[in-house]
Amino acid sequence: MSDKHTEIDAHSGVETTGHTWDGIKELNNPLPRWWLIVWYISIAWAFIYMVLMPAIPALPGFGGTNTPGVLGLSDRTLVAEKVVAMNAERSVASQRLMAASLTEIQNDLNLQQFAMAMGESAFGDNCATCHGAGGRGAKGYPMLADDIWLWSGTLDGIEQTLRHGIRHEGDDATRFSAMPAFGRDKLLTSSEIDDLVQHVLSFSDRDTDASAAAQGSTIFAVQCASCHGVNAKGDRNIGAPDLTDAEWIFGGEPADITASISNARNAHMPAWQDRLDDPTIKALALYVHSLGGGE
Amino acid sequence: MSTVTKPRSSVSGSIASVATLVAIACLGALLIAANAVDPLMEAHAWVFFFLTAFALVAIGIWAGGLQGRNPFDETYYEDTIVKFGVAAAMFWGIAGFLVGLIIALQLTWPGLFYFPDLGWTNFGRLRPLHTSAVIFAFGGNVLIATSFYVVQRTSRTRIAGGLWPWFVFWGYNLFIVIAGTGYLMGVTQSREYAEPEWYADLWLTIVWVAYLLVFLGTLWKRKEPHIYVANWFYLSFIVTIAMLHIVNNLAVPVNLSGSKSYSLFAGVQDALTQWWYGHNAVGFFLTTGFLAIMYYFIPKRAQRPVYSYRLSIVHFWSLIFIYIWAGPHHLHYTALPQWAQTLGMTFSIMLWMPSWGGMINGVMTLSGAWDKLRTDPVVRMMVVSLAFYGMSTFEGPLMSVRAVNALSHYTEWGIAHVHSGSLGWVGFISFGALYCLTQWLWKRPALYSKNLVEWHFWLATIGIVFYIVALYFAGIIEGLMWRAYNEYGFLEYSFIETVEAKHINYMIRALGGGMYLMGAIVMAYNLVRTALGHGAAAGVVEPAPMTAAKLQPAE
Repeated sequence: MSDKHTEIDAHSGVETTGHTWDGIKELNNPLPRWWLIVWYISIAWAFIYMVLMPAIPALPGFGGTNTPGVLGLSDRTLVAEKVVAMNAERSVASQRLMAASLTEIQNDLNLQQFAMAMGESAFGDNCATCHGAGGRGAKGYPMLADDIWLWSGTLDGIEQTLRHGIRHEGDDATRFSAMPAFGRDKLLTSSEIDDLVQHVLSFSDRDTDASAAAQGSTIFAVQCASCHGVNAKGDRNIGAPDLTDAEWIFGGEPADITASISNARNAHMPAWQDRLDDPTIKALALYVHSLGGGE
Repeated sequence: MSTVTKPRSSVSGSIASVATLVAIACLGALLIAANAVDPLMEAHAWVFFFLTAFALVAIGIWAGGLQGRNPFDETYYEDTIVKFGVAAAMFWGIAGFLVGLIIALQLTWPGLFYFPDLGWTNFGRLRPLHTSAVIFAFGGNVLIATSFYVVQRTSRTRIAGGLWPWFVFWGYNLFIVIAGTGYLMGVTQSREYAEPEWYADLWLTIVWVAYLLVFLGTLWKRKEPHIYVANWFYLSFIVTIAMLHIVNNLAVPVNLSGSKSYSLFAGVQDALTQWWYGHNAVGFFLTTGFLAIMYYFIPKRAQRPVYSYRLSIVHFWSLIFIYIWAGPHHLHYTALPQWAQTLGMTFSIMLWMPSWGGMINGVMTLSGAWDKLRTDPVVRMMVVSLAFYGMSTFEGPLMSVRAVNALSHYTEWGIAHVHSGSLGWVGFISFGALYCLTQWLWKRPALYSKNLVEWHFWLATIGIVFYIVALYFAGIIEGLMWRAYNEYGFLEYSFIETVEAKHINYMIRALGGGMYLMGAIVMAYNLVRTALGHGAAAGVVEPAPMTAAKLQPAE
């Protein structure tokens, strides 16, 4: 093998370099001109960008920081300016929102649209994870788009729930109640729970075992009526759901009801007042209030 | 003279040294298994112990059966190990594509593969299994197999190190097993593409150093005056991956018998180290490594000279110099100082043409043999791989521009981009090499069925198009929805709405991925039938011996 064994490639007429590896040869073509030109342009562009934008760290004469760039476009400054501008733009409308009553807002189309936009956006980022887009609910998470309310459906009541949450530890004003776990804590036997389930099913006019339901009605009167009411219509003061309607937060099948009675549910919702500012909470309350059943 | 066999002492030397290292690893694993402080480490130590013990027994039986025969005869190429590499690559490839399809379906229908009691079926466990299986298990075995084949052919010498190349192959696949089982059990150091914990990283370091020495040793005793360009690319891949792997995985184990460790880096330095690693894993594993494959298999298969020696020199050195700085473009608009973002972006722009140098050299090598695009689907596959390479190496610099990145980052656009590069470029050039290698290693006159190669080609090509087009649309839709504000300056869409918006795109993506997997299965079938000598592959073609004619006494 020698470097001097160059030859002319028959197809292209270009000389080879004279090397051969396992039969592979190389042509001695020059660098493609367009390739070289585009590369030079991209290098020139890169250097111009470095002059215009923050680029070189730790050069002497820049006070230990990087070259700021001729254009002086710093991300931090730009973001800070945008945040200030946005807050200024929103503060007027936010202050009006905080001062206005429900009726005033309902009569001021512009303010109402602002509140709905703010509320919808905040709902999507914070609430939809559990309550679903548009407040349609999911198993374990109440639907907010109907007129059935567990605690309160008034504007103030919704705001109270939003601010302090439900069974939120460390918030003294949180909404609180506790249903016993009748099965797990052995307050009722499993056959008593079965009877009770039959009775509960009868509230929503479903086919039941009449004798079991009759047994269950005695148990209901002793164990359940104090919270859910004698007629099982529930009590919003303690978040006891209405058992006579077709809405079941944790499912209305016999197995779901059995699980609810046996283990209790006592669901949680966080208190949002530490995370969201006052105008956002008020806008959220207005938004939820508007979804279907605001009172 | 090259035909003189090495003295016996050096034969037994490499066997004894490999056996000693494996025995130390085996005993170490036993010690850790006995003292393990967590069940994950215990499980892994036992896996490691049994597999290394099995290897020791196998080495013993094999060495005992040699009876004076030199297993490392310098007059022959070591091709058996390459055959193992081809089989391993095919196996891991199909496994990796399958897991990819499963997680694509999980994303499309979250309830479909949801088993709350089986934590290992969760997307979070399966996703690194997919990425590591396709990049490191499939890609890594393709690279090891082809590099062993190419460096021997282009250096006209047997691979160096006696038994050590075998240690590299099996040691690397042991790492894959430890990494893969670790993901399923929940072992991770939460570094993307570098999830395996410290003990697996240490093992890989040993294997990789052995790989480097075997490769360098082969180049050292080459019988060609110059080192072929493919070998520069392989060498840059091996050296740089060693550096990236070691630095990014610097960590302190909580306990030498426990699986958990803590990284040496924190905060934004940690992020930058990780993306210096992540970006250059793409650069030096998936780019220079596979360019090496391109530089051997395209001219060899097309039987045409490489287009430009000068271009290969200039684009090689500019590629490896510029690539290493571009990592910060993964951290635009983050806590990373803006000057570092400028660095990442400007170097990515300057990287565009050096990347394209490889594409030009590969495609132009076909000049004078364009008819082979029509007649040889294997050549067509490799040329299409260069087209995808060109697309994604243009798209990369484009996405590194901060204004573009503001839209594309964190969206499906990124997924589309990496899959155009990995399915199109890395996959197709690998498939081309595997078709060539199977035919050549098993000394077959042709592949079992050219029609099946056509089926593979079209299934995979159409699959890729479905995949990337669906996700480009999904990415742009999602990016625009994320940044949409209403007239009052509030976000127009909630996150879940942006997820809903790409549901159909997800279905099309899964379809495309499924087609790609089907293509790979067709290929595996074709390769097995080729190796068995069925159909058009019937018969044996003896290649020219290593030391034929060319070797002159005067050399």
